[in-house]
Amino acid sequence: MSSGLSPWERVQFARHPRRPYTLDYIGCLFDDFVELHGDRLFADDPALVGGPARLAGRSVMVLGHQKGRDARENALRRFGMPRPEGYRKALRLMKQAEKFGLPLICLVDTPGADPTLPSEERGQALAIATNLLEMSRLRVPTIAAIIGEGGSGGALAVAVADRVLMLENAIYSVVTPEGCASILWKNVALAPEAAQSMKITAEDIWRFGIVDGVVPEPAGGAHADPARAMLELGMALRDTLDDLDGSYGRGATLDVERLLSDRFDKYRGIGVFDEG
Amino acid sequence: MPIRDFFHRRGAGSPDIPDDLWARCGNERCRDLIYSREFEKNLRVCSKCEHHTRLSARARIAQLLDPNSFHEEDAELRPGDPLGFVSDGQPYRDKLADSREKTGLEEAVLCGTGRIEDVAMRALVADFGFMGASMGSVVGEKVARGVERSVQDRLPLVAVCASGGARMHEGIFSLMQMAKTAATLARLAEAQVPFFALLTDPTTGGVTASFAGLGDVLLAEPGALVGFAGPRVIEQITKQKLPPRAQRSEFQLEHGMIDLVVHRRDLRPTLGRLLRHYSPPTAYAAGGPSRNGKEA
Ligand SMILES: [Zn+2]
Repeated sequence: MSSGLSPWERVQFARHPRRPYTLDYIGCLFDDFVELHGDRLFADDPALVGGPARLAGRSVMVLGHQKGRDARENALRRFGMPRPEGYRKALRLMKQAEKFGLPLICLVDTPGADPTLPSEERGQALAIATNLLEMSRLRVPTIAAIIGEGGSGGALAVAVADRVLMLENAIYSVVTPEGCASILWKNVALAPEAAQSMKITAEDIWRFGIVDGVVPEPAGGAHADPARAMLELGMALRDTLDDLDGSYGRGATLDVERLLSDRFDKYRGIGVFDEG
Repeated sequence: MPIRDFFHRRGAGSPDIPDDLWARCGNERCRDLIYSREFEKNLRVCSKCEHHTRLSARARIAQLLDPNSFHEEDAELRPGDPLGFVSDGQPYRDKLADSREKTGLEEAVLCGTGRIEDVAMRALVADFGFMGASMGSVVGEKVARGVERSVQDRLPLVAVCASGGARMHEGIFSLMQMAKTAATLARLAEAQVPFFALLTDPTTGGVTASFAGLGDVLLAEPGALVGFAGPRVIEQITKQKLPPRAQRSEFQLEHGMIDLVVHRRDLRPTLGRLLRHYSPPTAYAAGGPSRNGKEA
């Protein structure tokens, strides 16, 4: 366990270059993965990867943000910041999961959606909005796991799930600490304060009821013992699938209407306000 | 309280109806002096450069809806402070008090029923003056409740959007309002009730990327900044200067992201036409949507 870390130290853990990424988890935990490509509209986005695979003996659809390990790979994967074609590919895979009755597993690890003019030209905002709406009514069980950075709408666009898990040293936030510091205080150097103020650690997010479970990391963080970290997430994903099976049935016995109604209530109920 | 009375009681210094004889165009490259009465008659569009001045929610309702037709709903919702957020030594609660004082509003969105060209509808109207119309729990909840009321009573929904994005002061709760509003709109779509989103200057971030981007028809005022990332963020990240008209409504129209760019003087007739096309009066008589005279 890595208790006693400051929120800013957690940010460094969440972004650690030796931390396991989506394809590492897929390679370690899933069998027979077939990576599928393209949004059928414009391009393939290497910042978001996915396809069918087997977990605990059953076929599922798995997708996630993919960061690069070095400058060359990050030129391709844009530090895990998808363009609209990435979100549209994700939606295509989600719809395919629905069509073939596969549970959906999304691994979330992005500073945010790609903020460049080409993404604006191709409707970044509308791609994200569409995914939020479609995920809310996808007719198969869905699990999201925040494995590193859960940055803003770019993370949420693949995270509106029945169950949301978060790794112990992952972060989940409305904007990056740097973005918050820059917008509110016009000073990126105040990012550590922003990380503190925004309450973005797994403990905070779990305490707020936004995630359903926190997955423990090995001492020193996931990067200190990646194999152990991946094993922990694998167990958590299997348990969560079992839990969803137990609650809603599976295959032909899946109670889709109750699943959708509970998913709706989960997100409909989030918010803190007073009435009069 | 009728809207007009509200304005008159605001008195001197009100941003809504300037008591001064002259108003100044908000376009930095124009700054033309305009006779106030003419400016109001032009719906606060500069007669020289056509710049559409940002409107408060109350002023927008007065311009867009039939006179005295607006009846507010969910006015009692007040923001909480789930993070105990403090910025530059100022607690979020004090920031909210300042915004209330400045705008005369309790939050950044007004919701209520009304009419446009005599067609009954429900309006959600953002006020950029209230913390940049950023979306926190109350904005999300008002949108969700408005949508759910329209699922129930089948009143078409018109959202007049403006926003700097999600409200950082409420952290993860603000982010989750994107999922919440989108989920309710899925139900509105299933109920076949139309949703028109009018994007005004500026509509960006988590609001464009959730409810504002999900209109059956997306309209925008001329020159409005519409997008996901703000221009300052894009320029910081890419270290490149954006072309001057990038992300404006005309750019979005050209790229196929919105349906229409509509001059402010044409908004009422355009929305009136759309409302009549998508919500024929027979739909209400039958208690549900009807197609070609057949019950759905
Ligand atoms: Zn002007």
